[in-house]
Amino acid sequence: MSRELSYAEAIREAMDIALGEDERVILMGEDIGVYGGAFQVTGDLIDKYGPDRVMDTPISELGGAGVAVGAAMTGLRPIFEFQFSDFATLAMEQIVNQAAKVRYMLGGAVSIPLVMRFPAGSGTGAAAQHSQSIEAWLAHVPGLKVVQPATPHDAKGLLLAALDDPDPVMIFEHKLLYKMKGAVPEGRYTVPIGTAELRREGSDVTIVATSIMVHKALEAAKALAEDGIDCEVIDLRTIRPIDRETVLASVRKTSRLICVYEAVKTLGIGAEISAMVAESDAFDYLDAPIVRLGGAECPIPYNPDLEKAAVPQVPDIIAATRDLVEGRR
Amino acid sequence: MTTANDPWAIRNLSPDQLREALRKMYLIRKFEEGAEDSYTRGLIHGTMHLSIGQEASAVGACIGLSDDDKITSTHRGHGHCVAKGADLGRMFAEFFGKETGYCRGRGGSMHIADVEKGNLGANGIVGGGLPISVGAALSAKRLKTGAVTVCFFGDGANNEGAFHEALNMASVWKLPVVFFCENNGYGMSTSTARSTAVKRISDRAVAYAMPGVTVDGNDFSAVAEAMAQATERARAGDGPTLIESLTYRWRGHSKSDRNRYRTKEEIADWMARDPIRRMADMLIAHDILTDEDITAMEQDADRTIADAIAFAADSPAPDVADLTRDVYTRPLV
Repeated sequence: MSRELSYAEAIREAMDIALGEDERVILMGEDIGVYGGAFQVTGDLIDKYGPDRVMDTPISELGGAGVAVGAAMTGLRPIFEFQFSDFATLAMEQIVNQAAKVRYMLGGAVSIPLVMRFPAGSGTGAAAQHSQSIEAWLAHVPGLKVVQPATPHDAKGLLLAALDDPDPVMIFEHKLLYKMKGAVPEGRYTVPIGTAELRREGSDVTIVATSIMVHKALEAAKALAEDGIDCEVIDLRTIRPIDRETVLASVRKTSRLICVYEAVKTLGIGAEISAMVAESDAFDYLDAPIVRLGGAECPIPYNPDLEKAAVPQVPDIIAATRDLVEGRR
Repeated sequence: MTTANDPWAIRNLSPDQLREALRKMYLIRKFEEGAEDSYTRGLIHGTMHLSIGQEASAVGACIGLSDDDKITSTHRGHGHCVAKGADLGRMFAEFFGKETGYCRGRGGSMHIADVEKGNLGANGIVGGGLPISVGAALSAKRLKTGAVTVCFFGDGANNEGAFHEALNMASVWKLPVVFFCENNGYGMSTSTARSTAVKRISDRAVAYAMPGVTVDGNDFSAVAEAMAQATERARAGDGPTLIESLTYRWRGHSKSDRNRYRTKEEIADWMARDPIRRMADMLIAHDILTDEDITAMEQDADRTIADAIAFAADSPAPDVADLTRDVYTRPLV
């Protein structure tokens, strides 16, 4: 019998373990103290560790991120929470110019062991400035690592792996997953950064998905199985560095590829996966064009029907997969 | 014997400290003249931002710091680096893009750091070091190191959001940091009068409930005195101070500067207030050095610079095969 926790609880448990193990670990963010965080991820950790280690920052994303960079450079292990990933746009200077580049610019003289958490994605009715998916922006920056856990198990294991990592790790957490429950082992374990996970084996088509789209892809795969279409579903988990071999091996096996992600379709992770396949020997195995299912070319709208239409849904994945496997692409 | 009328530095610093301060001021001046000369001769590419004329600020700010104390520096950071004890050979080697440079040739003039000596690095982003300095001070407070962080920034940075966010947080959390603004009058070509709503940048300290002082940045003693008070306050746990050091860069902003925004008379007027000459005169007046000592000190600095340039010139270039080394601590597979 494995124990179940929600995704948010799993993240909290990881932070609890880290705070308990290592005095250097601190949490920083807006309203993460007595409020417990906008999504109740830090919860009551302040009661256990006090306000010096679960630090409420002013509403100063740029400054707060920079403080975390400086603290990481000088001996602390900060975990910095953005209230919404959209607000990280205010802190791009410190993330992109400082956290990512300082080690390289200094010829390797320092490491920046910084963890940043980004509640991301649409589906909450919060409209365009609280719903965007910007993980691919950061994945474009050498010096950063970017992960997107899709399950409570991985949310805990990737956070602890991020804390063990000497370099900045950006964790994109989908807000709709926070309440999702799943099996989570007790105690410390890590999920290696840079490894994808095969969520479903299949022979007809490879669906590479990230974050919440993993669950939508699995749901689609289940429906398609009833029609005799056998989908393989890969949870990418890390988008920098990408687990190239897992993806290529699957494409060699199934000869068809669909990429499903919530961020805007163009110039995103789907383009990267597609190019990776096209540049490899796996290209020779393809029996059909590659398909990308991504977010619409617009900001996330408010109206619930529009909001749903702006990102791939299960019926979209089913239709696209059927078309691909049945040769209509 | 010193008297109450003597400058603060004469009363509070040892003759050895004062001689060392002047020596470093010469080294900064001559380092930058050597860098400029090397650039003109095509030995250095890219650009550089010279602080000639601002040496009393850099050395006065660092005179009371130990290697455990941290600084964050700016694009105009050579002076801070030397003042904090850097090796000039490794600095020149970085300018020359060599593997022996402080950044192994990856950073250049704008990113020199010397972590062993507490210099967390120059920064190519105006205001970029401000929040980082607050983070270093947070580490010092949490890890109880007793260290102070001195954040150098220019007048241009005082209009960046990062300045305001950093000062506010440092004050709210009472962190051991000193914000040291080198106000040289211009953010590139734009004067503080045209860019900054307050008359004195130190006036902005009021908004963040910390002491704000303005000093003559070409007066080593005045700078050192203000810093002594600020670091004492920081070490006592009373929080940050904002110091505005009024100074002037004799050279242009960078290599592209044609000096169209200021007059020859203005530049000449500031050159007449040479901080190094003032420091030398003070030490002569108080019988700490003679004219002959100063000539010998200058000659010694010249030799040090020549040796440093030779070291840089003779050093190996980075191997192109190592292009992506140090992007990550553990190479990605």
